Amino acid sequence: MNSITFIGRRLLQIVPVLIGISLVSFFLIMMIPGDPVRIVLGPRATEAAVAAMRQEWGLDRPIWAQYLSYVGNTLTGDLGQSLKFRVPVLDLVLQYLPRTMFLVAYVLVLSLPATILMAVIAARNEGRWPDQLIRVISILGMTIPVFWLGVLFARYFGVKLGWFPVSGYGEGFVDHLHHLFLPAVSTSLWLAPLLTRNLRAALIEQTEADYVAASRAKGLPEGYIFRRHILRNSVLPTLNLLGVMIAFLIGGSVVVEIVYAVPGLGALMVGSVLGRDYFVIQGLTLVYAIATVAITLAIDIFTAAIDPRTSE
Amino acid sequence: MTDVVSPAPVHPAAPRFRHGTIEAALGAALLLAWLIAAFGAGVFAPYDPNALDLVAMLTPPDAAHWFGTDHLGRDVLSRVIYGARIDIWMGFAGVIAPLAVGVTVGLIAGYFGGLTDTILMRIVDITVAFPFFILVIAIVGVLGPGLVNYIIALALVAWVAYARLVRAEVLVVKRLEYVQAARALGFSDPVIILRHVLPNVLGSITIYAWTDAVMVILAGASLGFLGLGAQPPTAEWGVMIADGQPYVLQAWWICLFPGIAMVTLSLGFILVSDGLSRRLRVSA
Repeated sequence: MNSITFIGRRLLQIVPVLIGISLVSFFLIMMIPGDPVRIVLGPRATEAAVAAMRQEWGLDRPIWAQYLSYVGNTLTGDLGQSLKFRVPVLDLVLQYLPRTMFLVAYVLVLSLPATILMAVIAARNEGRWPDQLIRVISILGMTIPVFWLGVLFARYFGVKLGWFPVSGYGEGFVDHLHHLFLPAVSTSLWLAPLLTRNLRAALIEQTEADYVAASRAKGLPEGYIFRRHILRNSVLPTLNLLGVMIAFLIGGSVVVEIVYAVPGLGALMVGSVLGRDYFVIQGLTLVYAIATVAITLAIDIFTAAIDPRTSE
Repeated sequence: MTDVVSPAPVHPAAPRFRHGTIEAALGAALLLAWLIAAFGAGVFAPYDPNALDLVAMLTPPDAAHWFGTDHLGRDVLSRVIYGARIDIWMGFAGVIAPLAVGVTVGLIAGYFGGLTDTILMRIVDITVAFPFFILVIAIVGVLGPGLVNYIIALALVAWVAYARLVRAEVLVVKRLEYVQAARALGFSDPVIILRHVLPNVLGSITIYAWTDAVMVILAGASLGFLGLGAQPPTAEWGVMIADGQPYVLQAWWICLFPGIAMVTLSLGFILVSDGLSRRLRVSA
């Protein structure tokens, strides 16, 4: 009952954010310098053609009416037409989305075990050499540009050694794993250090909590305290961080998809920015934001489910 | 089972303090070296960064070209040195712009509270609902590729972190006695905010700003690489890596050196930030 109220309240909180997201993506198009119709039609368009397109797009109507019809269209799944591909934006998104989702999941599968291992080792050896070593690795991970690493990896492991394909997505599950290995590893090398830093901090903070001192006073072995108490209590803050990081990861996938020519949402985004395919940019921005909100919501609900304290 | 290990070793304050200092000094030295290189590019760079030399295309590193030449015969070392100007400028402007917006919003929201606060924080919620890099690309996409538009995009997107930080600090500071006293003495709100509140919230945003600079530079170079940031033939490190990508097998030096430049510059910022925050934590 309690958790249902919590979920209900959480859903209500999302409504203003969704309205805000729709406003931002609506006004994004308004930020185009100059007249979008003339940009799309080119400099040699006749006045009649410009007026016709303006009417077709509804640009002759007041701005609030334009916004309302934008929201109406969006709710029915109509994100407009791609100017370049001449197909509905939603179709494009649905076609490119699975590749990015596969990549993101792959990165998580590679990063999470490494993160937990490194953070636990670092936290249990706080201040000693394993901790220092992991700290150096994590700082390096934060400073190395993913696209640079990607370029070097693609040429070395892909072209020179020929171990992995350097572009595309492949056919079938195993082939996907093979094609996306280098992209996933390059991204993990950046994500895992960030997560490790935070999980390590959470673990050390828990180490200093009162209940740990109490367990020690009871004479419980250190390893037992760590597994049963410290690790469990560090899961929640890390889970929340993971939600934030997935949003980051979705953004970070753009560069990796370009380096390794993976035909995902990020590649579509960059392609449409370079090709001035405004409705695809607008639609993608909206889809990305809704995905982020959905992930955050899912993690909040999941957190509330495993730890009733948070829903109070 | 009876293995009652002593609690985690408690470090005496002194070595930790020194630790932070060494880190910060190392970071500052790296940054200083890059600043000198950037300002003195005209003196240090052996060649004009955009001078084409079609006879010496793709030359490996040698005595004449320490970092080799690229596919147009341009000297990679000179381009890396001149690139420091662009990337450092990008880091500086890309931090100052959102910082200015964010601090202003945070001060206003935290100090006045009420409806102003609610509205401003709703705007923050909406902005963070978008993945950072995606929103930046989208804004650069509609405004057009280029460095200035990247900075504008940052001012529109990256301010939220500063606003949240400052607001949280202001909520604490404004209850302190000296602020209450200033108010009782009849000082106007702008005076209290600028003279008494602002100086006390600068510490935490300074530390954050150093880390933010790394993100700004990495994201900016990524945009340059994607063709959405600095435009060729500008000697920007991300652009240079993109230029070298097709040749990386036979001419690894074109891509390698700008990347190392980025790593060392970012390392400088992160070490300063880490060192400062460690020192503060101990002295606090």
